[in-house]
Amino acid sequence: MSNEPKLTVIPFGPQHPVLPEPVQFQFYVDEEKIVDVLPNIGYIHRGIERAAELNDYRRNLYLCERICGICNIIHGQTYAGLIEKMTDTEIPIRAKYLRTIWAEIARLQSHLLWIGLFAEAVGFESLFMKVWRDREIVLELTEATNGHRIHMGTTVIGGVTKDMDEALISRYQKDMDKLKKEMDDWAHVFRKDPAFLSKTVNKGVLPKKDAVHSGAVGPVIRASGIPQDMRNNGYEAYGELDFEPVVYDNCDVQGRVLVRLDECYQSVDLIKKALNQLPEGPIAVKNEKFPDGETIYRTEQPRGEVFYYAKGNNTIHLERVRIRTPTLPNIPPLLGMLVGHDVADIPAIVHSIDPCMSCTERITDIKEVA
Amino acid sequence: MPSFLGNIIENLFGKPATVKYPFEKPEPVPGTRGELNFNMAKCDQCQDCERTCPSAAITVYPEEKRIEWNSFQCIYCHACVRACMHEAIEPLINVEAPDYKKRVKSFEA
Ligand code: SF4
Ligand code: SF4
Repeated sequence: MSNEPKLTVIPFGPQHPVLPEPVQFQFYVDEEKIVDVLPNIGYIHRGIERAAELNDYRRNLYLCERICGICNIIHGQTYAGLIEKMTDTEIPIRAKYLRTIWAEIARLQSHLLWIGLFAEAVGFESLFMKVWRDREIVLELTEATNGHRIHMGTTVIGGVTKDMDEALISRYQKDMDKLKKEMDDWAHVFRKDPAFLSKTVNKGVLPKKDAVHSGAVGPVIRASGIPQDMRNNGYEAYGELDFEPVVYDNCDVQGRVLVRLDECYQSVDLIKKALNQLPEGPIAVKNEKFPDGETIYRTEQPRGEVFYYAKGNNTIHLERVRIRTPTLPNIPPLLGMLVGHDVADIPAIVHSIDPCMSCTERITDIKEVA
Repeated sequence: MPSFLGNIIENLFGKPATVKYPFEKPEPVPGTRGELNFNMAKCDQCQDCERTCPSAAITVYPEEKRIEWNSFQCIYCHACVRACMHEAIEPLINVEAPDYKKRVKSFEA
């Protein structure tokens, strides 16, 4: 008999009440302690990249908007930005501001969704309902903008399809103030409540060095003290809005909660600021050229950096499209975070990276079963 | 808990935030991207909408002066509405209901 402790394997997912996303983790546990984790992704691979290569590049916009429900606005903007970069199209300044406003709306609804789900995952159910009710303010704004609660669909290659009139602008201003007031109602629970803190402080620790080495992105790396945010690059109108990323040094689950919470307030401020200095002018230009050459384009989604690569050959088809969404680089850091914790901490830690699997699935591994 | 007291009282006496969907239908907001409606008097069968549609939901039959629209294949992006130079597509302001059969709607001149 060896002295090695006997490990138990606990499968978590792909169907699990805590996680609405099909991803599987196999936890090797010694009594209650997690010793090792093996992830298994690829359950909802949809062949998006191949489809994008077979499609007309203009129709890909609608395909890319549907990679992910929650990030649809930013996916569309990233694809449009990529094609605009390939074809040297400069979009009008008003379109840049409008895109920025709507990207922040997307971030708000995603972060509010996550905050609600996280509250539920650690056992705060009425808080979950309250947060989601306040999220309705954002969804109703999205609906008032272009007639759909989730899929705003305002992006086109070369600008935006929809302008904002005075009535809509004042409604945005009013609703942002209202949302801020509602958020003040519950934000302190996430900052101070002892029961909540007992589930998040010093759980899922990701030290600064590990965050860099494992390639974390988005709120996960910002909660480990690194100000990495694509909005720093000043794409769209971010360069003119004095954007400063939210950074916390906690390195734990609580840090990630605080980053997202503060980013909600930041989004509200960014939207109001962009509305105040919204420049006049046209909202779209026509792009005349076919995409040619190789280009990459990166933007910041609610979950982190999204990376698009495309290679064009001066026809209506793209030769190669590569999309890397933020959950994929956040899985390796997650594995490190889980080791050494109790089984009861799994939901909070897995949730803390805000996994979005349908975004992520670009690869799948087919095993032969004898 | 005390901070939630206001909410509890509000919820006790206030209206629910949700509607009981199939029994009670919410009014669609103005500008809702609803079902397509082809005004065949304006349409000249140029097929721009068919070429634009990302989900291949529109088929134009120029000889028969007829357009078929598959409402269950449509993703309601309204790219066709923007593409039609004759403004022949006049979408309705409604929310398409689910159905047992995948219907194809036909519009004739
Ligand atoms: S684009 Fe307009 S005019 Fe042309 S076929 Fe379609 S509906 Fe008719
Ligand atoms: S709304 Fe979009 S998907 Fe539907 S028919 Fe028009 S172009 Fe096609």
